[in-house]
Amino acid sequence: MLDADLIAKTATKLSLKEIQEGKVLSVKDKPNLKYAWDNGVAIGRYLAELKEGRIIGKKCHSCKRVLVPPRLFCELCWRPTDEWTYVQDTGTILTFVISHVNWDASRVKRGQRYHTPAVIELDGAGKDQGILHLIDEIDPKDIKIGQKVQAVWKKPEERTGSITDIKYFRVIKK
Amino acid sequence: MTRQVAVIGAGTTGFRATTPDVSYREMTYEAAKKAYLDAGVEPKEIGAFVATSEDFVEGYSIADEYAPDQLGAALKSLYTVPGDFIQAMGSAVMMLKSGLYDIVAVQGLSKASNMLTKAYLTEFALDPIYNRPLKQHPDYIAGMEMNRYLFETGTTREECAQVVVKNKRNAMFNPLAAHACDLTLDYVLEAEMVAYPLSELDIAPYSDGAVVIVLAAGETAKALSDKPVWVRGVGWCSDSPTLETRDWGQAMYASLAAEMAYKMAGIKSPRSEINFVELNDEFSYKELQHLEALRLCNPGEAGVLTMDGATEISGSLPVNASGGCLGVGNLFECTGGQKVLDVVLQLRGEAGRNQLKNVSTGLAMGWRGLPTTTGAVAILSN
Amino acid sequence: MGLRKVAIVGAGLTKFHRYAQETPKELAYEATKMALDSCEMTLDDIDSVCLGTAPDAFDGVHMKGEYLSDGAGGFRKPYMRHFVGGGTGVMSPIHGWFHVASGMFDTCLVVAEEKMSSAFPHPAGAFLTIFDHTTEQPLYPTLIWIFAIEMHRFMHKYGYTKKDIAQVAVKNKANALFHPSAQLGAKITVEDVLNSEVMAYPVNRMDISPTSDGAAAIVLASEEVARRVTEKPIWIDGIGYCLDSAYWCNRDLYYPDYVEIAARQAYEMAGIKEPSKEIHIAEPYDPFTYKELHHIEGLMLCKRGESVKMLLDGVTQRDGNLPCCPSGGALGVGNPIAATGLMKIIEIFLQLREEAGERQVPGQPTCGLAQAWGDLMQVGTVVVMRS
Repeated sequence: MLDADLIAKTATKLSLKEIQEGKVLSVKDKPNLKYAWDNGVAIGRYLAELKEGRIIGKKCHSCKRVLVPPRLFCELCWRPTDEWTYVQDTGTILTFVISHVNWDASRVKRGQRYHTPAVIELDGAGKDQGILHLIDEIDPKDIKIGQKVQAVWKKPEERTGSITDIKYFRVIKK
Repeated sequence: MTRQVAVIGAGTTGFRATTPDVSYREMTYEAAKKAYLDAGVEPKEIGAFVATSEDFVEGYSIADEYAPDQLGAALKSLYTVPGDFIQAMGSAVMMLKSGLYDIVAVQGLSKASNMLTKAYLTEFALDPIYNRPLKQHPDYIAGMEMNRYLFETGTTREECAQVVVKNKRNAMFNPLAAHACDLTLDYVLEAEMVAYPLSELDIAPYSDGAVVIVLAAGETAKALSDKPVWVRGVGWCSDSPTLETRDWGQAMYASLAAEMAYKMAGIKSPRSEINFVELNDEFSYKELQHLEALRLCNPGEAGVLTMDGATEISGSLPVNASGGCLGVGNLFECTGGQKVLDVVLQLRGEAGRNQLKNVSTGLAMGWRGLPTTTGAVAILSN
Repeated sequence: MGLRKVAIVGAGLTKFHRYAQETPKELAYEATKMALDSCEMTLDDIDSVCLGTAPDAFDGVHMKGEYLSDGAGGFRKPYMRHFVGGGTGVMSPIHGWFHVASGMFDTCLVVAEEKMSSAFPHPAGAFLTIFDHTTEQPLYPTLIWIFAIEMHRFMHKYGYTKKDIAQVAVKNKANALFHPSAQLGAKITVEDVLNSEVMAYPVNRMDISPTSDGAAAIVLASEEVARRVTEKPIWIDGIGYCLDSAYWCNRDLYYPDYVEIAARQAYEMAGIKEPSKEIHIAEPYDPFTYKELHHIEGLMLCKRGESVKMLLDGVTQRDGNLPCCPSGGALGVGNPIAATGLMKIIEIFLQLREEAGERQVPGQPTCGLAQAWGDLMQVGTVVVMRS
């Protein structure tokens, strides 16, 4: 089974150059797909609080976590969550990355800072309860797992009720 | 012997044109909670979960990532069927019949209101080389099919319009429905044309909502529920996806799906054994075309039956007593879920004001909408 | 247990390329035709078809499953698509198994296809949309971030080094030299991997499998049909699949719980008590070098923290005690997401039939497994097969 000659005939190799130079016919299309997602109760409140410069979560008494981003139900305990609870805008780096590529796989330009996203355990949320955000104001090679960080917010008038109302987190010097 | 499968629980949020107060997660949690309570099961007793979604309908990729949490399925067996709810239900039936599971949940969800460019979405499903470059509003596909169907069967526009009148009026007394209204035949006939002979009112509007059902097999079903609704047969089929090679007059996919379901259910003469139907009517003529394809009447007869009132709630073969897509709303992949839900409610005597009398076997039929030729059928009995 | 026996009786696979000229339908057709020919069946013998393909965003067609249906043999047949992101390729035979084991069908044609090259400027961009649209997408994340995060945690937990992990790429790319579909079979060294471009520390370019176009297909049959059609049916003895919470930031990524749970389901069904002894050959999913190790631990083929030792001791080489990715894996053959998982299934199928040519592992293996992974570090799909 799996005859090499038969397999070789099943697909024709092309290169990007051949496509760009029009050596093969191609059709381009850019879809027009727009969405407006309902945030609902939990995320709606999360974003509203971010606009006010605060991070809010929701407590689950059963597993004793503070869920950030908040949800109306705990996915592990399968029960409605309990009271709204603010968590602090400081935390600990659980893990991080130094990325040389942008979201579309293009390379970070020379002179531009590498991306340093991290999973940050917010103080007050509970062990391993992290959120994804960015680290800045530090040379990427100086970032270490376990460092303490602090959110750097946009000015109140610039906030729109988005996760980007926090510009990034910076490492707090001990 | 093959195991019998039954619906032991069903839950829904109901269907509304917009649902700005809840996220898709919160909406699904509500439907799931209701379904599990109805079935008397906890998520940990459910062996597996089958979700339905299409990435581009939701607006994010790999939509199955976001299915488990609100179903209580985190770290459990779950997969998504990008298909109609009734296809996912077919999967669940196979899973239960294999003997590997005793309880399986199926979920469908629509946040149609969050998708702002629906015509472009349908266009994006067309063949990128042969069809998309034509840059036409895709409803032309339904218009062409309606044209051919009317031509082949002698069905009239009036008969299609009567479907609109019937279904939207049925929806008036369905508290779950979103698009009920009381129209006259003339009003519907005077609606603006979209793609002749398809007019604006021939097209079902969209709704948001979630449906979750719980299925169980054999002894488990009998033990857990005193009102099990038995899934006697299920079938699904895809015809040609290509516009250039399809049959424009008949819905072959519906005939073949029904054939599979009837065979499984041991039904030899559908017309006398099926008491009522909930089928896809997202375009008015589709109700008639599907009715004929399901062999519930002869080609060309569906329109006549409609004008005679046979498919009214008070008639001999009620079709879309819930209001169908025209009255409840088009729910994308969850549309079949609304059909199954309404058949289950009728068979349990829980359909409220629109309750049909003396029904024991119902048929739910789904179609995936433009530009597909994929349909699925489920036959349920109490 | 009373479960109906289901066997794989035929297989087909296209060549994997970074850019293939063929349309998605044509790729699906090539694999499907080959699979049917391999067991001398025609579409008339096929009762049902199921298809797996990963995000529609790659091929650029909404409801991709419908578009592919005629290329996959689904014309006027019961046809259904299943989807669990990257885990889809091994979910495919599982979904097919449901079809035949239910008793509702005697045969099922299982197809997996992916054409990632359609996405411009680069398929990686499509991964932006797998993140939560409100809480994460505004940060413009890319999948490489999560892989790097996971790799970092994994290395941090056990003190693994990039030098050791790079051996996976060396092994797999070398194995792929003998795979007829391979896109990137090559003899490389650890230095090649460590010197390759840094994408996102600790991930280098050669730690990553290439994006690809390709398709694969297998034919499943009930016992009665299988015995008529082939002398060497390969039985699907165990299946498992598990999807974790979407809240990936609330999980410590160093260990894939979802792979272990899926593996346990498959082992229980197959009656396997000691996987490290009873599994003779494995195809864990290796989209990144460290992933092969991560998954080997999740599959309980070794103790936690010992996968690197297993690698360095040569256990996972083709002539070792537990060959892993003898096909060359995603790293060597190519990674057209859904088709890769099915390619791995096909590899085990061939190995158990002693038909793997120059890739054949010695010792006449009788029990093997294939595993795939996907989503936001969420899903594990496992299939155990026996001859």
